[in-house]
Amino acid sequence: MSRKPNARPADPLDPSSPEAVVRFDGVSMRYGRDAEVLKDITFELPRGSFHFLTGPSGSGKSTLLKLIYLAEQASRGRIEIFGRDLALLKRADRPLMRRRIGVVFQEFRLLDHLTVFDNAALAPRIAGRKPAAYRGDVADLLAWVGLGDRMHAMPPALSGGEKQRLAIARAVINRPDILLADEPTGNVDEAMALRILRLFTELNRVGATVLIASHDSDLVVRSGMPVLNLHEGRLAQAPGFNPELDG
Amino acid sequence: MSLVFDANRWWPAPLLPREDGRDWALLFVVAALSFLASLAAMGALAGERAAVGWRTELVGSATVVVRAQGTDTPDEAAARAAEVVAGVKGVAEAKALDAAKADALIAPWIGGGALPPDLPTPRLIAVELDRKAPASAADLKRALQAAGIDADVDDHTRWSAQIMRAGAAIETSAAALFLLILGVLGAVVAFATRQGLAARRDVVEALHLAGATDGYIARLFQARFARSAAQAGLVGALLAVIGAAAVKTLLAGDEQLTALLPIAWRDLAAPAPFPILGALVAAVTARVTAMSVLAGRP
Repeated sequence: MSRKPNARPADPLDPSSPEAVVRFDGVSMRYGRDAEVLKDITFELPRGSFHFLTGPSGSGKSTLLKLIYLAEQASRGRIEIFGRDLALLKRADRPLMRRRIGVVFQEFRLLDHLTVFDNAALAPRIAGRKPAAYRGDVADLLAWVGLGDRMHAMPPALSGGEKQRLAIARAVINRPDILLADEPTGNVDEAMALRILRLFTELNRVGATVLIASHDSDLVVRSGMPVLNLHEGRLAQAPGFNPELDG
Repeated sequence: MSLVFDANRWWPAPLLPREDGRDWALLFVVAALSFLASLAAMGALAGERAAVGWRTELVGSATVVVRAQGTDTPDEAAARAAEVVAGVKGVAEAKALDAAKADALIAPWIGGGALPPDLPTPRLIAVELDRKAPASAADLKRALQAAGIDADVDDHTRWSAQIMRAGAAIETSAAALFLLILGVLGAVVAFATRQGLAARRDVVEALHLAGATDGYIARLFQARFARSAAQAGLVGALLAVIGAAAVKTLLAGDEQLTALLPIAWRDLAAPAPFPILGALVAAVTARVTAMSVLAGRP
């Protein structure tokens, strides 16, 4: 992999980075006629950065992630992913962009009728790669996340932690440019949480831009990574963010 | 069997749950539609054959009604007319029916044995025409007039036209029924596709977020419904063929019924393309429906 590692942590609230892979400019979001879930959000994620997204339940963390992985469309404002304005993105181009974004969902969203191996192999399969070209990678990755002996199991037979690791394996198998995770440590014990954090750090080290929504304050503090803090739909710099250290 | 997973022997499993393909209600409806379409096709072929047969019988013959004139007795006039008609080009045979047969033909209207013996009842001549180049009614009439015989000629054209119209109506009805069945199949598959997309919203969403295009997802439903339609269509067509073969076997000894429904063995091959046609209709409908539904999702 030849991507540039996370060498230049930046202040995400300073929209000046020429290498931003995610850029929000005055973005608001409401579902139907309800009140706005996100209000006038402006930030950017430089290529190869690693951020936590924190905030209480209902603050809009999941909605912000959905906007990045193209599951929702902003009500107002401008979003650029990989330099492309999502409002101008053709429907036919959305799948190609999604293939560059790995997502670990809070509720996993595994396909219960497929084996662990089939679930993990979903992204390269959809990308049209031949099975022989990726099955070795899938097996290696599953072994790496500790599911080497569970490859033929079905998701309903997995524990919460195993499901979590499978969801992570599925999200990273294609080596995405952006990795999003919504409460990835919500269902695992502390040891597993640290292991998952190490996994994300490894992926970030080889070039992935990582954004993790979490309200696990211990994990956030322990990671030492910069934080985007949402409160009632508005973005504020987290108290723990240190511009001198991170920016 | 070893429980050790061998990645080198792994092959991708179907992305849609296998049990979704065993929608018995849908399979039953498609099989029933195929059964009806097969019966319609075989019935249309048999109906057309019956119409052609009846028309061939009618156009191959004519009837001449002869009225005696002057000193001729009815029998003498009939014999002379039969001789004249037999000499016309395009006539294979002309035979005067005797008085008893002529009286029997009008008996239903005036009663048997009620006629006075000296009543000059018309005589009939049964004419068998040359099948390859039959004489026309005008030819026969002209020859009879030239011989000074007062006669009417009925070449059954009126009946023949009606039979051909009836045959065409059978064909048109069968074609309309066939199109209707295809339309119903399309509607059923469209409904099932919408249901499938709604029921498997989780799968569709997971595929979308993993980078699947609308076309990729539509292809999954397209393949599934095409396969189901082909399988159910084959069952329906086979049942119809078995039924038609049974009817043909049962009618074998009854000439009248066989004339009404002259099924030929080769007619039983008519439903052969239906499973493929059904699969094509199902595939196209499922794709168009899926693409339309997916276009409304993020």
